[in-house]
Amino acid sequence: MHEMSIAMAVVCQVEEAARTHGAVGVETVTLQVGELAGVVPDALRFSFALACEGTVLSGAELVTDQVAGRARCTSCAREWETGLPPRLGCPRCTDSRTELLSGRELQIATVRWAEDPQRTRALEEL
Amino acid sequence: MCRVADLQQAVLERNDTRAERLRTELAARGTIVVNLLSSPGSGKTALLETELRLARERGVAAAALTADLATENDARRLARSGVPVKQVLTDGLCHLEADMLAGHLTGWLPEATRLLFVENVGNLVCPASYDLGESLRVVLASVTEGEDKPLKYPAAFGLAQLVVVTKQDLAQPAGFDREAFLANVRQVNPGVEVVGTSVRDGLNTGVLLERALAVGAGAAAHRPVMARPAGHAHGGPHPHDAPHTHDAPHDGAPGHGGPHPHDGPHAHVGG
Ligand SMILES: [Zn+2]
Repeated sequence: MHEMSIAMAVVCQVEEAARTHGAVGVETVTLQVGELAGVVPDALRFSFALACEGTVLSGAELVTDQVAGRARCTSCAREWETGLPPRLGCPRCTDSRTELLSGRELQIATVRWAEDPQRTRALEEL
Repeated sequence: MCRVADLQQAVLERNDTRAERLRTELAARGTIVVNLLSSPGSGKTALLETELRLARERGVAAAALTADLATENDARRLARSGVPVKQVLTDGLCHLEADMLAGHLTGWLPEATRLLFVENVGNLVCPASYDLGESLRVVLASVTEGEDKPLKYPAAFGLAQLVVVTKQDLAQPAGFDREAFLANVRQVNPGVEVVGTSVRDGLNTGVLLERALAVGAGAAAHRPVMARPAGHAHGGPHPHDAPHTHDAPHDGAPGHGGPHPHDGPHAHVGG
Protein backbone atom coordinates (compact mmCIF):
# COMPACT_ATOMS: atom_id res chain seq x y z
CA MET A 1 0.00 0.00 0.00
CA HIS A 2 2.00 2.97 -1.24
CA GLU A 3 -0.64 5.41 0.03
CA MET A 4 1.40 5.53 3.23
CA SER A 5 4.49 6.67 1.33
CA ILE A 6 2.40 9.22 -0.52
CA ALA A 7 0.86 10.47 2.72
CA MET A 8 4.29 10.78 4.31
CA ALA A 9 5.54 12.77 1.32
CA VAL A 10 2.55 15.11 1.65
CA VAL A 11 3.17 15.60 5.36
CA CYS A 12 6.85 16.25 4.76
CA GLN A 13 6.13 18.91 2.12
CA VAL A 14 3.47 20.61 4.23
CA GLU A 15 5.80 20.61 7.24
CA GLU A 16 8.36 22.48 5.18
CA ALA A 17 5.76 24.97 4.01
CA ALA A 18 4.56 25.42 7.60
CA ARG A 19 8.07 26.39 8.66
CA THR A 20 8.26 28.92 5.84
CA HIS A 21 4.89 30.38 6.77
CA GLY A 22 5.51 30.25 10.49
CA ALA A 23 2.31 28.26 10.89
CA VAL A 24 1.51 26.58 14.19
CA GLY A 25 -1.07 24.15 12.90
CA VAL A 26 -2.85 22.91 9.82
CA GLU A 27 -6.60 22.73 9.35
CA THR A 28 -6.89 21.35 5.85
CA VAL A 29 -4.69 20.02 3.11
CA THR A 30 -6.30 19.91 -0.30
CA LEU A 31 -4.85 17.37 -2.65
CA GLN A 32 -5.63 17.01 -6.32
CA VAL A 33 -5.90 13.34 -7.15
CA GLY A 34 -6.18 12.38 -10.78
CA GLU A 35 -8.46 9.53 -11.71
CA LEU A 36 -5.43 7.78 -13.23
CA ALA A 37 -2.93 8.55 -10.49
CA GLY A 38 -3.16 5.05 -9.07
CA VAL A 39 -4.07 6.24 -5.59
CA VAL A 40 -7.10 5.21 -3.57
CA PRO A 41 -8.43 8.36 -1.82
CA ASP A 42 -9.90 6.44 1.14
CA ALA A 43 -6.64 4.62 1.77
CA LEU A 44 -4.82 7.91 1.42
CA ARG A 45 -7.02 9.64 4.00
CA PHE A 46 -6.46 6.77 6.42
CA SER A 47 -2.69 6.89 5.95
CA PHE A 48 -2.68 10.66 6.13
CA ALA A 49 -4.24 10.65 9.60
CA LEU A 50 -1.50 8.31 10.79
CA ALA A 51 1.28 10.22 9.08
CA CYS A 52 0.16 13.50 10.67
CA GLU A 53 0.51 12.27 14.21
CA GLY A 54 3.20 14.04 16.16
CA THR A 55 3.73 16.70 13.49
CA VAL A 56 2.49 20.24 12.98
CA LEU A 57 -0.24 18.62 10.86
CA SER A 58 -1.69 16.71 13.78
CA GLY A 59 -5.47 16.68 13.43
CA ALA A 60 -5.43 18.12 9.91
CA GLU A 61 -8.11 17.11 7.46
CA LEU A 62 -7.27 15.83 4.00
CA VAL A 63 -9.57 16.98 1.23
CA THR A 64 -9.14 15.13 -2.02
CA ASP A 65 -10.13 16.91 -5.14
CA GLN A 66 -10.73 14.33 -7.88
CA VAL A 67 -9.55 15.25 -11.35
CA ALA A 68 -11.18 13.34 -14.19
CA GLY A 69 -9.07 11.69 -16.85
CA ARG A 70 -9.35 13.46 -20.20
CA ALA A 71 -7.52 12.73 -23.42
CA ARG A 72 -7.24 14.35 -26.84
CA CYS A 73 -6.37 12.86 -30.19
CA THR A 74 -3.77 15.00 -31.91
CA SER A 75 -4.84 13.69 -35.32
CA CYS A 76 -8.53 14.55 -35.24
CA ALA A 77 -8.62 16.88 -32.20
CA ARG A 78 -11.34 14.84 -30.58
CA GLU A 79 -11.48 14.96 -26.78
CA TRP A 80 -12.92 12.38 -24.46
CA GLU A 81 -13.21 11.26 -20.86
CA THR A 82 -10.82 8.37 -20.38
CA GLY A 83 -12.81 6.60 -17.67
CA LEU A 84 -11.14 3.97 -15.51
CA PRO A 85 -9.62 1.73 -16.70
CA PRO A 86 -8.71 4.44 -19.15
CA ARG A 87 -9.44 4.35 -22.85
CA LEU A 88 -6.41 6.07 -24.31
CA GLY A 89 -6.74 5.22 -27.98
CA CYS A 90 -8.79 7.58 -30.14
CA PRO A 91 -12.24 6.08 -30.66
CA ARG A 92 -12.19 7.35 -34.27
CA CYS A 93 -8.64 7.12 -35.55
CA THR A 94 -6.38 4.13 -35.36
CA ASP A 95 -2.67 4.51 -34.75
CA SER A 96 -3.00 8.12 -33.76
CA ARG A 97 -1.20 10.07 -31.13
CA THR A 98 -3.15 10.70 -27.98
CA GLU A 99 -2.22 13.18 -25.35
CA LEU A 100 -3.44 13.08 -21.80
CA LEU A 101 -5.02 16.38 -20.77
CA SER A 102 -5.61 15.48 -17.15
CA GLY A 103 -5.94 12.56 -14.78
CA ARG A 104 -2.40 11.88 -13.54
CA GLU A 105 -2.39 14.68 -10.95
CA LEU A 106 -1.11 13.94 -7.51
CA GLN A 107 -0.40 17.27 -6.06
CA ILE A 108 -0.88 19.43 -3.03
CA ALA A 109 -3.13 22.27 -4.13
CA THR A 110 -3.67 24.38 -1.02
CA VAL A 111 -3.01 24.27 2.68
CA ARG A 112 -5.21 26.04 5.20
CA TRP A 113 -3.26 26.96 8.31
CA ALA A 114 -4.81 26.83 11.74
CA GLU A 115 -5.47 30.03 13.62
CA ASP A 116 -2.63 31.00 15.92
CA PRO A 117 -4.46 31.93 19.16
CA GLN A 118 -1.66 34.11 20.52
CA ARG A 119 -1.34 35.99 17.29
CA THR A 120 -5.09 36.55 17.08
CA ARG A 121 -5.16 37.92 20.60
CA ALA A 122 -2.24 40.18 19.83
CA LEU A 123 -4.05 41.53 16.80
CA GLU A 124 -7.22 42.13 18.79
CA GLU A 125 -5.31 44.09 21.38
CA LEU A 126 -3.94 46.46 18.77
CA MET B 1 -1.53 36.44 7.72
CA CYS B 2 -2.92 34.68 4.70
CA ARG B 3 -4.38 31.50 6.06
CA VAL B 4 -4.41 29.58 2.84
CA ALA B 5 -1.24 28.79 0.97
CA ASP B 6 -1.46 27.92 -2.68
CA LEU B 7 1.33 25.36 -2.72
CA GLN B 8 0.78 23.56 -6.03
CA GLN B 9 3.49 20.98 -5.38
CA ALA B 10 3.58 17.58 -6.99
CA VAL B 11 3.69 14.95 -4.27
CA LEU B 12 6.15 12.72 -6.10
CA GLU B 13 8.32 15.59 -7.23
CA ARG B 14 11.15 14.71 -4.90
CA ASN B 15 11.27 11.14 -6.20
CA ASP B 16 10.96 12.29 -9.80
CA THR B 17 13.80 14.75 -9.37
CA ARG B 18 16.01 12.15 -7.73
CA ALA B 19 15.17 9.66 -10.47
CA GLU B 20 16.07 12.15 -13.16
CA ARG B 21 19.39 12.84 -11.48
CA LEU B 22 20.15 9.13 -11.14
CA ARG B 23 19.30 8.59 -14.80
CA THR B 24 21.72 11.36 -15.78
CA GLU B 25 24.48 10.14 -13.46
CA LEU B 26 24.20 6.58 -14.72
CA ALA B 27 24.00 7.63 -18.35
CA ALA B 28 27.23 9.58 -17.90
CA ARG B 29 29.01 6.34 -17.03
CA GLY B 30 27.26 4.34 -19.73
CA THR B 31 24.76 2.49 -17.54
CA ILE B 32 21.03 2.24 -18.09
CA VAL B 33 18.44 0.83 -15.73
CA VAL B 34 15.68 -1.56 -16.75
CA ASN B 35 12.84 -1.49 -14.23
CA LEU B 36 10.89 -4.77 -14.15
CA LEU B 37 7.39 -4.80 -12.69
CA SER B 38 5.19 -7.83 -12.18
CA SER B 39 2.94 -9.73 -9.84
CA PRO B 40 4.43 -12.63 -7.89
CA GLY B 41 4.49 -15.81 -9.96
CA SER B 42 4.83 -14.06 -13.30
CA GLY B 43 8.00 -15.94 -14.12
CA LYS B 44 10.08 -12.78 -13.85
CA THR B 45 12.99 -14.40 -12.04
CA ALA B 46 13.19 -17.29 -14.51
CA LEU B 47 13.16 -14.90 -17.44
CA LEU B 48 15.72 -12.61 -15.86
CA GLU B 49 18.02 -15.53 -15.07
CA THR B 50 17.93 -16.54 -18.74
CA GLU B 51 18.60 -13.02 -19.93
CA LEU B 52 21.47 -12.50 -17.50
CA ARG B 53 23.07 -15.77 -18.57
CA LEU B 54 22.82 -14.66 -22.16
CA ALA B 55 24.31 -11.28 -21.30
CA ARG B 56 27.28 -13.02 -19.77
CA GLU B 57 27.70 -15.30 -22.79
CA ARG B 58 27.64 -12.30 -25.09
CA GLY B 59 30.05 -10.31 -22.98
CA VAL B 60 27.52 -7.63 -22.06
CA ALA B 61 28.28 -6.18 -18.64
CA ALA B 62 24.98 -6.67 -16.86
CA ALA B 63 23.99 -6.64 -13.21
CA ALA B 64 20.78 -7.22 -11.32
CA LEU B 65 19.27 -5.81 -8.19
CA THR B 66 16.29 -7.64 -6.81
CA ALA B 67 13.94 -6.11 -4.29
CA ASP B 68 11.90 -8.37 -2.09
CA LEU B 69 9.77 -8.08 0.96
CA ALA B 70 11.60 -10.88 2.73
CA THR B 71 13.27 -13.93 1.13
CA GLU B 72 16.58 -14.34 -0.63
CA ASN B 73 15.74 -17.07 -3.10
CA ASP B 74 15.51 -14.79 -6.11
CA ALA B 75 18.99 -13.43 -5.61
CA ARG B 76 20.47 -16.90 -5.27
CA ARG B 77 18.78 -17.99 -8.48
CA LEU B 78 19.91 -14.92 -10.37
CA ALA B 79 23.46 -15.24 -9.07
CA ARG B 80 23.73 -18.57 -10.92
CA SER B 81 24.00 -16.54 -14.11
CA GLY B 82 27.39 -15.29 -12.95
CA VAL B 83 26.64 -11.57 -13.12
CA PRO B 84 26.76 -9.31 -10.05
CA VAL B 85 23.49 -9.61 -8.15
CA LYS B 86 22.33 -7.69 -5.13
CA GLN B 87 19.39 -8.55 -2.95
CA VAL B 88 17.55 -5.71 -1.29
CA LEU B 89 15.06 -6.39 1.44
CA THR B 90 12.50 -3.62 1.58
CA ASP B 91 11.33 -4.67 5.01
CA GLY B 92 7.68 -4.51 4.16
CA LEU B 93 7.79 -1.52 1.83
CA CYS B 94 5.79 -2.30 -1.29
CA HIS B 95 7.99 -0.51 -3.79
CA LEU B 96 11.45 0.88 -4.43
CA GLU B 97 12.08 4.61 -4.63
CA ALA B 98 14.79 6.37 -6.60
CA ASP B 99 16.72 7.46 -3.53
CA MET B 100 16.71 3.93 -2.10
CA LEU B 101 17.97 2.52 -5.37
CA ALA B 102 20.70 5.15 -5.60
CA GLY B 103 21.80 4.26 -2.07
CA HIS B 104 22.00 0.56 -2.91
CA LEU B 105 24.09 1.19 -6.01
CA THR B 106 26.73 3.17 -4.15
CA GLY B 107 29.78 1.01 -3.60
CA TRP B 108 28.22 -2.00 -5.28
CA LEU B 109 27.45 -1.41 -8.92
CA PRO B 110 30.57 -2.25 -10.94
CA GLU B 111 31.77 0.79 -12.86
CA ALA B 112 31.66 -0.94 -16.25
CA THR B 113 28.02 -2.04 -15.96
CA ARG B 114 26.04 -1.29 -19.07
CA LEU B 115 22.68 -2.79 -18.09
CA LEU B 116 21.26 -2.85 -14.61
CA PHE B 117 18.10 -4.90 -14.28
CA VAL B 118 16.01 -3.96 -11.28
CA GLU B 119 13.52 -6.57 -10.22
CA ASN B 120 11.03 -4.36 -8.40
CA VAL B 121 8.91 -5.56 -5.49
CA GLY B 122 6.34 -8.08 -6.70
CA ASN B 123 3.14 -6.16 -7.20
CA LEU B 124 1.62 -4.09 -9.98
CA VAL B 125 0.22 -1.23 -7.94
CA CYS B 126 2.77 0.64 -5.88
CA PRO B 127 5.94 0.38 -8.00
CA ALA B 128 4.06 1.93 -10.93
CA SER B 129 4.09 5.38 -9.28
CA TYR B 130 7.83 5.54 -8.71
CA ASP B 131 10.34 6.43 -11.38
CA LEU B 132 13.64 4.76 -10.49
CA GLY B 133 15.71 6.56 -13.08
CA GLU B 134 15.16 3.75 -15.53
CA SER B 135 15.51 4.11 -19.26
CA LEU B 136 13.24 1.18 -19.96
CA ARG B 137 10.24 0.13 -17.92
CA VAL B 138 9.03 -3.39 -18.52
CA VAL B 139 5.85 -4.98 -17.24
CA LEU B 140 5.57 -8.74 -17.18
CA ALA B 141 2.51 -10.91 -16.91
CA SER B 142 2.18 -14.63 -17.47
CA VAL B 143 -0.50 -16.16 -19.69
CA THR B 144 -1.97 -17.74 -16.57
CA GLU B 145 -2.81 -14.34 -15.08
CA GLY B 146 -5.65 -13.69 -17.51
CA GLU B 147 -6.43 -11.28 -20.33
CA ASP B 148 -7.86 -8.52 -18.15
CA LYS B 149 -4.63 -7.92 -16.24
CA PRO B 150 -3.90 -4.66 -18.14
CA LEU B 151 -7.32 -3.29 -17.20
CA LYS B 152 -6.95 -4.29 -13.57
CA TYR B 153 -3.56 -2.57 -13.33
CA PRO B 154 -3.84 0.36 -15.74
CA ALA B 155 -1.00 2.39 -14.19
CA ALA B 156 1.49 -0.48 -14.44
CA PHE B 157 0.54 -1.39 -18.00
CA GLY B 158 -0.21 2.18 -19.01
CA LEU B 159 3.29 3.37 -18.14
CA ALA B 160 5.16 0.37 -19.57
CA GLN B 161 7.59 0.81 -22.41
CA LEU B 162 7.60 -2.90 -23.13
CA VAL B 163 5.10 -5.59 -22.16
CA VAL B 164 6.35 -9.16 -21.83
CA VAL B 165 3.89 -12.04 -21.67
CA THR B 166 5.66 -14.99 -20.12
CA LYS B 167 4.97 -18.74 -19.99
CA GLN B 168 3.70 -18.90 -23.58
CA ASP B 169 4.09 -22.69 -23.42
CA LEU B 170 1.07 -22.62 -21.09
CA ALA B 171 -1.05 -20.39 -23.34
CA GLN B 172 -3.07 -23.28 -24.76
CA PRO B 173 -3.80 -25.11 -21.51
CA ALA B 174 -4.54 -21.82 -19.75
CA GLY B 175 -6.93 -20.82 -22.54
CA PHE B 176 -5.10 -17.51 -22.95
CA ASP B 177 -6.94 -15.18 -25.35
CA ARG B 178 -4.07 -13.34 -26.97
CA GLU B 179 -6.23 -10.96 -29.00
CA ALA B 180 -8.23 -9.89 -25.97
CA PHE B 181 -5.04 -9.30 -24.02
CA LEU B 182 -3.56 -7.21 -26.82
CA ALA B 183 -6.75 -5.15 -27.12
CA ASN B 184 -6.64 -4.47 -23.39
CA VAL B 185 -3.01 -3.38 -23.56
CA ARG B 186 -3.81 -1.11 -26.54
CA GLN B 187 -6.64 0.47 -24.58
CA VAL B 188 -4.39 1.71 -21.78
CA ASN B 189 -1.15 2.06 -23.72
CA PRO B 190 -1.58 2.40 -27.49
CA GLY B 191 1.59 1.64 -29.42
CA VAL B 192 3.51 -0.27 -26.76
CA GLU B 193 5.32 -3.40 -27.93
CA VAL B 194 4.04 -6.71 -26.55
CA VAL B 195 6.34 -9.74 -26.70
CA GLY B 196 5.56 -13.33 -25.73
CA THR B 197 8.28 -15.40 -24.10
CA SER B 198 8.73 -18.92 -22.89
CA VAL B 199 11.80 -19.87 -20.92
CA ARG B 200 10.92 -23.55 -21.42
CA ASP B 201 10.67 -23.36 -25.22
CA GLY B 202 13.25 -20.64 -25.67
CA LEU B 203 10.64 -18.40 -27.31
CA ASN B 204 12.07 -14.89 -27.81
CA THR B 205 15.00 -15.56 -25.54
CA GLY B 206 17.19 -12.48 -25.46
CA VAL B 207 14.42 -10.01 -26.23
CA LEU B 208 14.85 -8.17 -22.95
CA LEU B 209 18.58 -7.92 -23.49
CA GLU B 210 18.18 -6.71 -27.06
CA ARG B 211 15.58 -4.05 -26.26
CA ALA B 212 17.66 -2.82 -23.33
CA LEU B 213 20.82 -2.67 -25.43
CA ALA B 214 18.96 -0.78 -28.15
CA VAL B 215 17.81 1.85 -25.67
CA GLY B 216 21.33 1.98 -24.24
CA ALA B 217 22.62 2.65 -27.75
CA GLY B 218 20.30 5.62 -28.06
CA ALA B 219 17.14 4.15 -29.62
CA ALA B 220 14.04 5.97 -28.44
CA ALA B 221 11.95 3.92 -26.05
CA HIS B 222 8.18 3.96 -26.41
CA ARG B 223 6.52 6.95 -24.75
CA PRO B 224 3.22 5.83 -23.23
CA VAL B 225 0.24 8.18 -23.41
CA MET B 226 0.04 8.17 -19.62
CA ALA B 227 3.65 9.29 -19.34
CA ARG B 228 3.24 12.28 -21.61
CA PRO B 229 0.53 14.56 -20.32
CA ALA B 230 -0.25 17.47 -22.60
CA GLY B 231 1.72 20.65 -22.15
CA HIS B 232 3.91 19.28 -19.39
CA ALA B 233 7.54 19.86 -19.97
CA HIS B 234 9.10 16.80 -18.34
CA GLY B 235 10.44 17.58 -14.91
CA GLY B 236 9.44 21.22 -15.04
CA PRO B 237 8.92 22.92 -11.71
CA HIS B 238 5.30 23.76 -12.44
CA PRO B 239 3.35 20.67 -13.32
CA HIS B 240 0.32 22.78 -14.16
CA ASP B 241 0.45 25.26 -16.94
CA ALA B 242 -3.16 26.23 -16.49
CA PRO B 243 -3.86 29.34 -14.51
CA HIS B 244 -5.13 28.25 -11.14
CA THR B 245 -8.84 28.28 -10.79
CA HIS B 246 -8.35 27.83 -7.07
CA ASP B 247 -8.50 31.36 -5.87
CA ALA B 248 -7.36 30.69 -2.40
CA PRO B 249 -9.95 32.00 -0.01
CA HIS B 250 -8.41 34.40 2.44
CA ASP B 251 -9.16 34.80 6.10
CA GLY B 252 -12.60 33.82 7.11
CA ALA B 253 -13.70 32.45 3.77
CA PRO B 254 -15.02 28.91 3.91
CA GLY B 255 -12.58 26.29 2.73
CA HIS B 256 -13.76 23.95 0.08
CA GLY B 257 -17.48 24.08 0.46
CA GLY B 258 -18.59 24.91 -3.04
CA PRO B 259 -18.50 22.88 -6.18
CA HIS B 260 -14.98 22.17 -7.29
CA PRO B 261 -13.56 24.12 -10.14
CA HIS B 262 -12.14 20.98 -11.72
CA ASP B 263 -15.25 19.63 -13.28
CA GLY B 264 -14.93 21.64 -16.45
CA PRO B 265 -12.38 20.93 -19.14
CA HIS B 266 -8.94 21.99 -18.09
CA ALA B 267 -7.53 25.15 -19.47
CA HIS B 268 -4.19 23.54 -20.17
CA VAL B 269 -1.87 25.34 -22.43
CA GLY B 270 -1.53 22.91 -25.33
CA GLY B 271 1.77 21.13 -25.73
ZN1 LIG C 1 -8.54 10.75 -33.56
